[in-house]
Amino acid sequence: MPTEQIGNEGRPLPVLKGHDSPGRLERLLRAGKFAVTGEIAPPDSAAPEEVYERARIFDGYVDAINATDGSGANCHMSSVGVCSLLTRQGYAMVMQVSCRDRNRIAIQGDVLGAAAMGVANILCLTGDGVQAGDQPSAKPVFDLDCMSLLEMVTSMRDQSQFLSGRRLSSPPRVFLGAAANPFGPPLDYRPLRLQKKIAAGAQFIQTQYCFDIDRFRTYMNQVREMGLTERCYILVGVGPMPSAKTAAWIRDNVPGVHIPDEIIRRLLGAKNQREEGVKICIEMIQAVREIQGVSGIHIMAYRQEERIPEIVTEAGILEGRSPWYPGIKTDHI
Amino acid sequence: MRQWSVRNARMLEWLYRRVEGALTLLHPLWLWAGYNRIEKPVRSIERLIKSAMFDCNMCGSCVLSQTGMSCPMNCPKELRNGPCGGVREHGYCEVKPEMRCVWVDAWEGAQKMRGGDSIQHVQPPLANDTRGRSSWLSEVRKKRDENFLLRVKDPSNDAN
Repeated sequence: MPTEQIGNEGRPLPVLKGHDSPGRLERLLRAGKFAVTGEIAPPDSAAPEEVYERARIFDGYVDAINATDGSGANCHMSSVGVCSLLTRQGYAMVMQVSCRDRNRIAIQGDVLGAAAMGVANILCLTGDGVQAGDQPSAKPVFDLDCMSLLEMVTSMRDQSQFLSGRRLSSPPRVFLGAAANPFGPPLDYRPLRLQKKIAAGAQFIQTQYCFDIDRFRTYMNQVREMGLTERCYILVGVGPMPSAKTAAWIRDNVPGVHIPDEIIRRLLGAKNQREEGVKICIEMIQAVREIQGVSGIHIMAYRQEERIPEIVTEAGILEGRSPWYPGIKTDHI
Repeated sequence: MRQWSVRNARMLEWLYRRVEGALTLLHPLWLWAGYNRIEKPVRSIERLIKSAMFDCNMCGSCVLSQTGMSCPMNCPKELRNGPCGGVREHGYCEVKPEMRCVWVDAWEGAQKMRGGDSIQHVQPPLANDTRGRSSWLSEVRKKRDENFLLRVKDPSNDAN
């Protein structure tokens, strides 16, 4: 598919034959382009300007923006709220849905609302436990898990019905994603878990931070052998670590993040740890890009979002493409 | 004891099939006694046995045979479809660091079982309205209903 057909524009696109969503991300991935997504930090604020400001940093460098849903079990503006603001500006959004805070009734309602607002991609997550966040005495819901959530939204889209079987007059046209952690035990079960997520409806995957390239290669070999790269698009999670101290803290305190000692030692030995972190991130992107079956990257640059343009440019992954953003000049495309 | 059950998943799987078969065969007896009337005593026995062996929480929709004989309701997130991404190194729980991840155990148990592949079945969301009820009886009932439906669909099979 030539680039002009990917639809470099902000308004809703027609759903192409064989596609499930009107979104640019699905078009891009199906066209075989190397996709770049980035995670926006939702503000602790009710001001829309703060959301716009944070989104502007990504302009021209990412194909879709992930709006997190209380990540790390910390309270922020909701993913529905962030998506609602940004889809109105034309941004392609990946709405994250976690099972920690809402039951099946609330989530199905949110899926419909989000699709109505122009959200074309939904990432189905189980969610971090409440103990990880700033309000550990909250009641964990977990009425669904990521698998049953995927299956539920797939059936809302394809069978046009709620979980109860009640009919929808118009189904949510969404491209469905899931997370994967190739670095968490039981390691030999992880590829099977990916297979299960695909069976439940996952069409694209955004992985946990990848800092262990050898482990990731092994995982991808298994996944490729099982034929799973033919059935879903894998976007590898990457991001710059600001210092060795932060990296060590994240490894010990953020669930599911695996950072080898080697990376921490390298940061520790650097003159400028912040710059070294960016350098490691760029090298990681270039390394994962060479792995067969990798369809893109997902950048999580918490509190370092301003480095994303530089990371994307230096890594040379857009191949001259300029992802759409509000106010982009058409002759720029 | 929970660890023992996982280690002996193969034997428990065999036992499970026998018990299930026996309970299903006894369907006419249950029907005669009335499923609702026997619910309470059966539930008590079930709770006693399964609490001891699996730290059962009486979720009412038992999936032990598909989870390597490791009860998923002991997962602090009550995940019924596999381990979350937060499992700590050496296989410990994200929420309770002192506890082994029930899904790490489940994967070990499943590899020992004949029907271990069923760990790949996507489990539907838990039916919260039948929590606390006997899943043995509901399983037998479901099985008999299925058999009944099959017989109705297939007119050549009127031997029963």
